[in-house]
Amino acid sequence: MTGPRASWLGRLPQIALGGVLILALVLGVATLSARPAWQSLAPGIALVRLSLTHSGARNCRDRTADELAKLPKNMRSPQVCERRRAPVRVEMDVDGHSVLAADLPPSGLAGSGPSRIYHRIELPAGSYRLDLRLSDDPATQGFEYVAAFDVDLHPAESLAVDFDAASGGFFLH
Amino acid sequence: MTAGPRAVLRHGFDRLERILDRAFGPDWNPLAQLGPLGWFLFWIVAVTGIYLFIFFDTGVTDAYASVTWLSADHWWHAGVARSLHRYASDLMVVVMFTHLIREWAMDRYRGRRWFSWITGVPVIWFVYLSGITGYWLVWDDLAQYVALTSTELLDSLGIFAEPIARNFLAPELLSSRFFTLMVFLHIAIPLLLLLLMWIHIQRITSARTRPPRVLGAITLGALVVGSVAMPAPLGRAADLATVPTRVDLDWFLLSLYPVIESLPAGAIWAGVAGFTVLLAGLPWLPPRREGAAAAVFLDHCNGCARCVADCPYAAITLVPRSDGLPFAHEVEVNAARCVACGICMGACPSSTPFRRSGELITGIDLPDRPLAALRADAIAASGALAGAGRVLTLACAHGAAGAAPGRIILPCVAMAPPSLVDFIISRGLADGVAVAGCAERDCFNRLGVAWTRARFARERDPYLRARVPRERVLTVWAGPSERPRLEAELSAFAGRLATLPAYENLRPLGDDEAAATPTREGGAR
Repeated sequence: MTGPRASWLGRLPQIALGGVLILALVLGVATLSARPAWQSLAPGIALVRLSLTHSGARNCRDRTADELAKLPKNMRSPQVCERRRAPVRVEMDVDGHSVLAADLPPSGLAGSGPSRIYHRIELPAGSYRLDLRLSDDPATQGFEYVAAFDVDLHPAESLAVDFDAASGGFFLH
Repeated sequence: MTAGPRAVLRHGFDRLERILDRAFGPDWNPLAQLGPLGWFLFWIVAVTGIYLFIFFDTGVTDAYASVTWLSADHWWHAGVARSLHRYASDLMVVVMFTHLIREWAMDRYRGRRWFSWITGVPVIWFVYLSGITGYWLVWDDLAQYVALTSTELLDSLGIFAEPIARNFLAPELLSSRFFTLMVFLHIAIPLLLLLLMWIHIQRITSARTRPPRVLGAITLGALVVGSVAMPAPLGRAADLATVPTRVDLDWFLLSLYPVIESLPAGAIWAGVAGFTVLLAGLPWLPPRREGAAAAVFLDHCNGCARCVADCPYAAITLVPRSDGLPFAHEVEVNAARCVACGICMGACPSSTPFRRSGELITGIDLPDRPLAALRADAIAASGALAGAGRVLTLACAHGAAGAAPGRIILPCVAMAPPSLVDFIISRGLADGVAVAGCAERDCFNRLGVAWTRARFARERDPYLRARVPRERVLTVWAGPSERPRLEAELSAFAGRLATLPAYENLRPLGDDEAAATPTREGGAR
């Protein structure tokens, strides 16, 4: 017999040995493809995630009668506002201890977008009181939105704290 | 070869490859087929991916259900395809990094070979991105971990209108459209990867994108057996009300994730950018010193295109004739691609050292090591040979041969035209010629071993003339760690030559030939 078939038939020992070596490599790869397991979060820990998107107030003033008169009728908006929004102040306490206190700048090059935050807090499983406060207008004293939640966290639980001004402020998923 | 980490690594590779040479044979040695194996694995991943897509559903709950169905109920075809998809991807990572380290060790990434290196850098990231988006689709606890960690890292860039990680706050926030997007990404990114892989091989000729059939069959067979023996695991269904604490991580494609968790996002991005810049900049840290690019001498070039066909780096092209001589074409050298290996000079039919009229000029020559100097080197090297069984060795600078009397070191043995072997024997410069090239499995200049063999076997122009007695020619293919074997083969060859009768077609060296002077760097050593 001649030709390519003969050439590889004559190399059956190499094919067998090569096959065994590559199979060993594949099995090694398959093993490392899932083992050892990675402990991402320690046992007994739960995760609280605070995430919100909310726009801060704009600095606005009323237009004068003269200003309004100079504008075309279809553009006579009673107020004129700066493009840049105010930062949003967010605070969070766990059992009275502050875990977050931040002024969230507005997004966008001109600062005209909403303020955003995504914050992770790892806590041992157990019961906690979460106090949350948000202010979107620096001109106002105190916080416009305040909420408190009593939560019972289980190991590996993921608790999401969200915010929606239209539905009253902070809420839990 | 200079000492240092590269030399140590290169010797390490050479020793390991010698073992694999014995197991597989030099032509099927997987370490010499890493590029083709990478392509082969890509196609396995692509074909199995298309097959899996037939059964995959893109919904928040449907995705996991469909993967469970194909892994459990239809394990014997779709489940095996999924395991193949995963293990071939993992093996591709192994092949890719081994290829990268080996090319560095072989010093084949610098100088005018920078293009292949640079274009390989984005390939690394696209392999990772392809794998990461794939893991996401399964939507088990590992997918949830990957999704959360990835989006939190991406959000740290601050370029998204709303944090992407918000999609994974709670089950009700995740929409099936997100999976449609991920499927799109998992198709688009591998397509871009394919484009990058194609660009990666653009500055080489006869790029090998298929491994030898038997090696391919062995690899596929081993992957199938491995997939049946160890099916790819599937975790619990993702549940956004919980957080994955312990995950069965794929340490090939997801090994960065523990690092991402452990370091600040800024450090991760800086590390990614730094690694990429450093890797891309390696060809210039420091650059390789290479000889001047090959030069064309039109008076001796008829545009036969043999050098075009033989150049391993696509550095020579055929262009319309510009000097009025009655030939359709001439060749043009792209100096930015020429590594000065000299293979073109060895391919040129005008490269004959027998020429006695006028100056010895060939059609395409190396300015730093012209044919005339090579002939002079051979004549000078013969002066160091004495006694019976004189062997003049044409040796590759990247193989086993070191400097020795009667030895000419060349950038590639295919630089020596076959007529030089004829010249050395017929002029009585030596009783025999040994050609000591790189290891058979892998030529430093890609095609030098193959072309030399084909020329000597009279299968490729320019042929080694039939009149050259084959018992006076020895070819030895040996890597840097095989010097003892090379020396032993040379010694045995000298012994055989000593027993041969005197060469009967001897023609003495002409005065005009003998008058030539050797080059300083290429002289007999």
